Amino acid sequence: MIIEERSLVIIGAGPAGLAAAVKAKKKGMEDVLLLERDNQLGGILKQCIHNGFGLHIFKEELTGPEFALRYIRKISEMGIEYKLDTMVISIDENKNITTVNPQDGLRIYKAGAIILAMGCRERPRGALRIPGTNPSGIFSAGTAQRFVNIEGMKPGKTAVILGSGDIGLIMARRMTLEGMKVKAVCEIMPHPGGLTRNIVQCLEDFDIPLKLSHTVTQIHGRTRLEGVTISRVDENYRPIEGTEQYIKCDTLLLSVGLIPENELAEEAGVLLDPATKGALVNQNLETSVDGIYACGNVLHVHDLVDYVALEAERAAESAVRRLKGKSESGTKRISVIPGNGVRYTVPQFIDKGSKDEKIKIYFRSGSILKSVRVNAVCKGKTIYSKKFKRLVPAEMEYIKIPTEDLKGSKVLIEAVEK
Amino acid sequence: MKREMVCIRCPKGCRMTVEYEGTKVLNVRGNSCSKGLAYAIDEITKPVRIVTSTVRVIGGELPVVPVKTSKAIRRNLIFDVMEKIKEAEVKAPIKEGQLILEDPAGCGADVIATLELVEAENG
Repeated sequence: MIIEERSLVIIGAGPAGLAAAVKAKKKGMEDVLLLERDNQLGGILKQCIHNGFGLHIFKEELTGPEFALRYIRKISEMGIEYKLDTMVISIDENKNITTVNPQDGLRIYKAGAIILAMGCRERPRGALRIPGTNPSGIFSAGTAQRFVNIEGMKPGKTAVILGSGDIGLIMARRMTLEGMKVKAVCEIMPHPGGLTRNIVQCLEDFDIPLKLSHTVTQIHGRTRLEGVTISRVDENYRPIEGTEQYIKCDTLLLSVGLIPENELAEEAGVLLDPATKGALVNQNLETSVDGIYACGNVLHVHDLVDYVALEAERAAESAVRRLKGKSESGTKRISVIPGNGVRYTVPQFIDKGSKDEKIKIYFRSGSILKSVRVNAVCKGKTIYSKKFKRLVPAEMEYIKIPTEDLKGSKVLIEAVEK
Repeated sequence: MKREMVCIRCPKGCRMTVEYEGTKVLNVRGNSCSKGLAYAIDEITKPVRIVTSTVRVIGGELPVVPVKTSKAIRRNLIFDVMEKIKEAEVKAPIKEGQLILEDPAGCGADVIATLELVEAENG
């Protein structure tokens, strides 16, 4: 079998992979190979036809396709090599990447460094265990988005959406514009899953009711969905008897979370964080396997594509530094521990010996918190503290902590309400 | 009068309190930048949105092409624009930024393509 030695191999050509490839080339890395299983570059952006992308990176408001095109043009202008229709079958800890595609057949790339940029998949109905029949008309929000925006088909006439993730909210508006009736968006949590701006411009603009603390408790219909029963839930998310309500609909969209696609990473021995379901990384976005980096939604689910691209650029910079023999990862490791009120942090480790004066710690809160202080605590001493008016689980935030004050083996990140 | 609103001009989503009389904005609090102020005034006087959708394609490698309004339009015109978008058809190949519908709602906003699309290989 052919084994090809390559310097930097990037897996996935969505926003993270594209941004990483462009940055690596800009930083002087000549040998960059981008692998994509779809038949085109751009990933999920191609079906995200709504606006709101690019405000940070391009300083203007773009749609998903426009955002993707800007990167795709750079890829071709810079002559970055990519392979489409190429499925990565496995990666091992020595950075051998086994791939298959119709032209090359089976091929192994031995990489100097790998950037994982495979993104997420949607949580399916099976993961929810909703009782009832199994008719057609139940789609994940992203599947419905592909039907409408790429294949030009409507999923049905009347819809209920379970989950208030951003894709579900965007699809509530999209289906309404296409003439469908969206009867309700049900969210099991007491707070919305998506960005507030999407609640405003996708639901409130079209008078679509958002039912918080509600879930679908029964699916009706034999061949095609005929309706759903929704119920209010208690504080433990259990349906409350007597609150059932029947809603007639032929379409149910599920927008109930994204799962990073880390099967390949795990095979290579990359350790995952149970909270993010992505790799455990240090401040350089390097995973537990030497020379394998992760960025974008495969690392943790982001709210904004701009942040995905910025993170990918950092991963590319780290990989290029390593390939040029300038890696700064030390042996002494400090664990970043999510404390009170904080659901997770990225990175989860800080390697000492970093030349950075400050390190950005991204985090999400576990619930809605008002007027809080987010503290970084080392050996009982607060080394950094920042006020936040409001923290919501749907919106990622960050703090910048000073490296020189990091002492001991761990730093606790906690959110304390006043 | 007083209204609480969330700015949608960027993903930060500033929570603002807007004091107004009729369509005259007296005071805006909670915004972090000038976009918030502009949004608050727009929301009170004439709420506007960018509309994105798809238009049917003839002879393209895909059956639809994504489009947007070239600028934000009055919210009450969204469905008028959508009616025109649903009736429209465009021939492949299509370039990004290509004019698809000229000023369909009579408010100075065109509908333009947001993606390039090549012709289908077998016509």
